[in-house]
Amino acid sequence: MSRPSTLSVVIRRIIAAIPSILGVIIVTFILTRALPGDPAAYFAGPAATQEAIDQIRETLGLNRSLPEQFIIYVGELLRGDLGNSLTTGQTVLSDLLTRLPASLELTLAGLLFSLTLALPLGILAATRPGSWLDHGVRVLATAGVSLPTFFTGLLLIYVFYFRLGIAPAPLGRLAILYSSPDQITGLFLVDSLLAGDFETFQAAFGQLILPAVTLGLFALAPLTRVTRASMLSVLSSDFIRTARASGLAPSMILFGYAFRNALLPVVTTLGVVFSFLLGANVLVEKVFAWPGIGSYAVSALIASDYAAVQGFVLTMALLYVVLNLLIDLLYTVIDPRAGVES
Amino acid sequence: MTLSQSVTQKSSLAQARYIISENSITFGAFLLFFVFILLALFGNAIAPYDPIASNAAVALSPPSVDHWFGTDDLGRDVLSRVLVATRLDLGIAVVAVALSFALGSILGTCSGYFGGWCDRIISRIIDTLMAFPLFILAMGLVAALGNTVENIIYATAVINLPLYTRVVRAEILVRRDAGYVEAARLAGNGHLRIMAAHLFPNVLPVMMVHISLNMGWAILNAAGLSFIGLGVRPPTPEWGIMVAEGATYIISGEWWLAIFPGAVLMLAVFCFNLLGDGLRDLIDPRMRT
Repeated sequence: MSRPSTLSVVIRRIIAAIPSILGVIIVTFILTRALPGDPAAYFAGPAATQEAIDQIRETLGLNRSLPEQFIIYVGELLRGDLGNSLTTGQTVLSDLLTRLPASLELTLAGLLFSLTLALPLGILAATRPGSWLDHGVRVLATAGVSLPTFFTGLLLIYVFYFRLGIAPAPLGRLAILYSSPDQITGLFLVDSLLAGDFETFQAAFGQLILPAVTLGLFALAPLTRVTRASMLSVLSSDFIRTARASGLAPSMILFGYAFRNALLPVVTTLGVVFSFLLGANVLVEKVFAWPGIGSYAVSALIASDYAAVQGFVLTMALLYVVLNLLIDLLYTVIDPRAGVES
Repeated sequence: MTLSQSVTQKSSLAQARYIISENSITFGAFLLFFVFILLALFGNAIAPYDPIASNAAVALSPPSVDHWFGTDDLGRDVLSRVLVATRLDLGIAVVAVALSFALGSILGTCSGYFGGWCDRIISRIIDTLMAFPLFILAMGLVAALGNTVENIIYATAVINLPLYTRVVRAEILVRRDAGYVEAARLAGNGHLRIMAAHLFPNVLPVMMVHISLNMGWAILNAAGLSFIGLGVRPPTPEWGIMVAEGATYIISGEWWLAIFPGAVLMLAVFCFNLLGDGLRDLIDPRMRT
């Protein structure tokens, strides 16, 4: 049996993501058409005449059949047209694009934080099952999923900003004193480093710590749990026993043999973790006044700015599909067998 | 009392004591769960103050003997509001979980039992829902359906639907060709009867675990939605909205506005998660992680 090349596996994975994307577009289309009341009257504004409403219905294509409307909708999406935001007066696409880096920086920092904590904790707990450390990790994992993100965030603000005074005011990505670094990637930490501006880097880092920790704590629980469980099952398998019997160093067995194999379930869990993270992102951004797409969507929701909300939902869903695709690809890289079975 | 009676009584007492001591955490979670049920039922009656009556004279006073949890910016008693909110918060979660459990069971059973086209269509719908980050799908649903408490419930039910459908489908799939199902089929039972009376009851124990774990998540989601201003409107007491209202005051040090409702919310979720973990260990030790 010949093994398919990595490239063909990659291509097959990308093709497999297409139905998800189509599904996402259909659902967002249904959500647009399910708007309460008459969308045309809504987009025309409260002071519009009947004539103006009819005209908008014409331009929006609302007087046509649903399949026709769907084709128009897909056409608009392909041109990158998500409509205009009523609150900012800009196109939704440009609004989202300017705010997306802030959300990405926060999400990635949160993920990084929880991974650097979850992997060692999970491994430690797995190597000492039944110890106080194992129990501690178990309690931590259950407590972690029970924490409402918005509550953790406020608690951290209270302790580290109000009580201890060591955290900066929870108001966005940079204190007013600093100007944002020249945009290259949009991630302030990376941009300020590229510009060699360490003062700004420090300031941006200070602002980022609390929201990233809040977000990371939420993802910590599932990641620690899976790391522990999969390390436990790998450590009790035959090839580890063989490695031990052959007299390999314990660290070699743990990291060279066990950890790499235990990593697969962890990577799979990342998909679920991202679903959590992207959702929790919205809450964290609201708590820390973080100027990302989550807080944009919240203010749009409150102002009944539907085009902006739907643009946001679509962006997040597409982002999630892409992230899942990347996770799949990562899986193929770690375990070349993964592509063969499916 | 005869001797044998007292012996059985004693042994069943001893057994109960044994079970409780072996699962002390689960038992504690169960007691806490019971407390929350009582609060949901009688919260309105035991609340010391009217939860929506404002009293400017005592606005923003810290916890004291009169107001155990302090008062908020309008002088409303935080303790009373937290107590009264229990019914709404648990109510939203219970109804949402019940809805998705019912619908998910039907979809999952059909999908697992019939297979083929039915399975393909249902799985495709569920996959599409799973393609969204779930909390964000809930936001989109509430935005599209309208900003009301009912729609919070529907949205929470929809985002929980994939879990139930998938679990039921998988459980039915492994039992579909079991001997007792064959026997029921040969005895002339119809599909509906086999599904409802022979297959589904066997799935229920596993589902109990998922319901318990899922309840905590449903409470978190509903509170999260009302935290960002969806569904529940002020001045209705609800944990999420209370934390949101208290958030403004936390940077000036009035911590009790947000911390108490947040802590109770956390406790409720923690209670359901512990209960779910405990049930899982009792029902299916293989799932223990």
